[in-house]
Amino acid sequence: MATKLAEVDAVLLGVGLVGTILGRELTRAGLKVVGLERGGPQFTVPDFQGPEIHDELRYAIRKALMQDNVKEPLTFRNNSSQRALPIRRWASFLPGSGLGGAAVHWNGQTYRFQDTDFRAYSHNVERYGKNFVPQDVLLQDWGVTAAEMEPYYDRFEYLLGVAGKAGNIKGQKIDGGNPFEDPRARDYPTPPMKEPYGSAMFRKAAASLGYHPYPQPSSNMSQPYTNPEGVQLKTCMFCGFCERFACEHYAKSSPQTILLPVLLKDPNFTLRTGAQVQKINLDSSRKHATGVTYIDAAGREFEQPAKLVIVGTFALNNVRMLLLSGIGKPYDPKSGKGTVGRNYAYQTVSGVQVFYDEKVNINPFMRSGACGTVISDFVSDNFDHGPHGFIGGAYIGEVMSHGRPIEFHPTPPGTPAWGADWKKAVIKHYNHTASLTIHGSSIASPNNYLDLDPTYKDAWGNPVLRMTFEFPQNDVKMSAYITQKAIEIGKAMGGTQVHGAPRKGPYDVTEYQTTHNTGGTVMGSDPSTSVVNRYLQSWDVPNVFVIGASNFPQNASYNPTDTVGALAYWAADAITKQYLKSPGPLVHA
Amino acid sequence: MSKLSRRGFFKVAGAAVAVTAVDARAAAGHAAPPAAAPAHYTFFKGAEKNFIEAAVERLIPSDDNGPGAREAGVAYYIDVQLAGAWGAGERLYRSGPWHSGAPTQGYQLPFTPAELYRHALRGIEADLKKRGVSSFSKMSPQDQDKYLTSLQTGNTDLDGVPSNVFFESLLEMTIEGYFSDPVYGGNKDMVAWRAIGFPGAYATYYDLVDQHGIKFTRAPLSLGEDVRGRVHLHPNIPAYGEHKVQGKVQGGK
Repeated sequence: MATKLAEVDAVLLGVGLVGTILGRELTRAGLKVVGLERGGPQFTVPDFQGPEIHDELRYAIRKALMQDNVKEPLTFRNNSSQRALPIRRWASFLPGSGLGGAAVHWNGQTYRFQDTDFRAYSHNVERYGKNFVPQDVLLQDWGVTAAEMEPYYDRFEYLLGVAGKAGNIKGQKIDGGNPFEDPRARDYPTPPMKEPYGSAMFRKAAASLGYHPYPQPSSNMSQPYTNPEGVQLKTCMFCGFCERFACEHYAKSSPQTILLPVLLKDPNFTLRTGAQVQKINLDSSRKHATGVTYIDAAGREFEQPAKLVIVGTFALNNVRMLLLSGIGKPYDPKSGKGTVGRNYAYQTVSGVQVFYDEKVNINPFMRSGACGTVISDFVSDNFDHGPHGFIGGAYIGEVMSHGRPIEFHPTPPGTPAWGADWKKAVIKHYNHTASLTIHGSSIASPNNYLDLDPTYKDAWGNPVLRMTFEFPQNDVKMSAYITQKAIEIGKAMGGTQVHGAPRKGPYDVTEYQTTHNTGGTVMGSDPSTSVVNRYLQSWDVPNVFVIGASNFPQNASYNPTDTVGALAYWAADAITKQYLKSPGPLVHA
Repeated sequence: MSKLSRRGFFKVAGAAVAVTAVDARAAAGHAAPPAAAPAHYTFFKGAEKNFIEAAVERLIPSDDNGPGAREAGVAYYIDVQLAGAWGAGERLYRSGPWHSGAPTQGYQLPFTPAELYRHALRGIEADLKKRGVSSFSKMSPQDQDKYLTSLQTGNTDLDGVPSNVFFESLLEMTIEGYFSDPVYGGNKDMVAWRAIGFPGAYATYYDLVDQHGIKFTRAPLSLGEDVRGRVHLHPNIPAYGEHKVQGKVQGGK
């Protein structure tokens, strides 16, 4: 029997990036808030300290900071005619766990999506006509514009202390920044990161081809920074142990280094770790949430009543929580009806390697999670798609984040996988190779979706999430076109050999690609194609807000975290300024 | 090995630009003794040990380019991993039902790593016997390579384990053991890191990252290294580490 706890004003599912921001905003508005985190508490000191944190095997290979897949796996298949089977070891993507969530082990690449991303459907129809949109995709608008999101991006970036160079301040273009960005109100909080060697060669090569290179916006610090909450970050040391690791230097923006020190002191906030939420409880009308049921680390069941429920877990888990709780109608690919689990998208990533001779020391280990140089000439709709027959784009950059040798030991094609020749090639190329990343958008497709697996269960006996995903033809075409552009830049970088291949199907969960899983609880203006309204409020249960990359109707060319943070502030604003005054639907369907 | 090669200096165009406490220590004569060789195996039994040692030597051989996997202690690394939490299935979802899936769905066998190796090595012994070979370790290097290639590309049933699945796991663990921190028992004396020029657990390059093309010659650093430069083995650090019991951090001043 569940122990029933005293009702609170709001309960947070997950105390990662979203939970921390919502916790702060809601307690500041005077609410009593309980944050439920399934993982353990963890802090820069003592948990993330060197030299122990610089252990590639433990953190990058064995994935110490990730969701425990023994307890909570998901199943996967390429299409609905296959039998989905458990992802028995993480590889393709790495959901985080523990206090701070995936924002502890992220890299800190912090880009704003463009207006052409938020208005993906309308924009493409306006520019290219209705017939240009491929038949086999789900393309839709977010229900917000870049101009509406700007103040929230601004606020989030100043919380993080993002290092970067503006390309457009209030319509004024600035040399050296991203000329394709929508107007921002002011410059980045801190100047760009130092530029590593390979990135500098990329900059020259890209500029010589007429492109517009600029420093990757970074939530690793280029200098000490005190954010508006009074929390201080320190300068990034380029240690090369960033993504998949936690930062020992207080130099990567994570809940621990930007906001938790303030939130945890707030008497209105209570953190409970080791709290595995089983479901959101609804009253008999099924239109009102009464709180959540969770099981603690010792197996004891609790009911936490709450007036307001904030679902702020990792994107995939947000979707699963709604499905387990019976909130919203699950998507059915046969009828096309239903919304929860619909619009699951990913990221279409490919790579190019530039091999130099042994005189050129690239020093790949002198990197941060988010440093380097990129171009946005092929992002979103920054180029004419007319001749190409696909929607979306990619940034190209030399944004290497490490030289850790279990993961990184590049060899040219044709090198054997083992033996003396392999060893010789690894030694020859390790310190003399630059890698380019082609980080591409992912369009939603009617065949790609998330639902509950009919067979496999988690450690608490609940169905795990089932992922059905294949790269849509649209994205395969996009990757082919833009990867070729990256190869051309690579050839201008002065190496001896350049190799790269576009992303193609079948999607393979055994190869790491990215942890940018998006969609499944998407935002929008139409309840028949979205799960939450433009304020991220459930259409079906108005005292439930669902926040995260699960809100993206399709994934854009850029990394998602800046948009997740901006959406968190956007939703918090709507809750504190509108919802609390008159609890109920903020948008009438 | 000279003190200077173990504890080198940063060099820009041949000039030493930084001498840290560690370098000074080395210059003062505290040469680092090499880590002690592991004395015995916990997991591998007689013939298994011979196979693993000989196989990792072929996967990453000792040659003019430096010590290979066997010399670097990789067989010991694999032994300790299989004897510990990893071998028992740490981080491996192990609930059925069991079905063989598409390659895109990843590993779907019910074996833990320890079980997988035990079965496969038993299967290899039987397979070699069938071929009239007394021991893999006694084959010529060329024949060993041929046999390993047959495991890699074939689908022989090794007591229930497809040979290509076993081979991929062996290669993966060999590369892990070769390149991981020497606390885990492989990469002895950081030979693999020295060969490629990876500085290991070292933490800061802030002053060097924009000195483009600088040759980094400082000796690598292990996370298990003490102040005298000795690496202490902790081969069974669990991936998941200390899992704290439910904590409740109560707000309030």
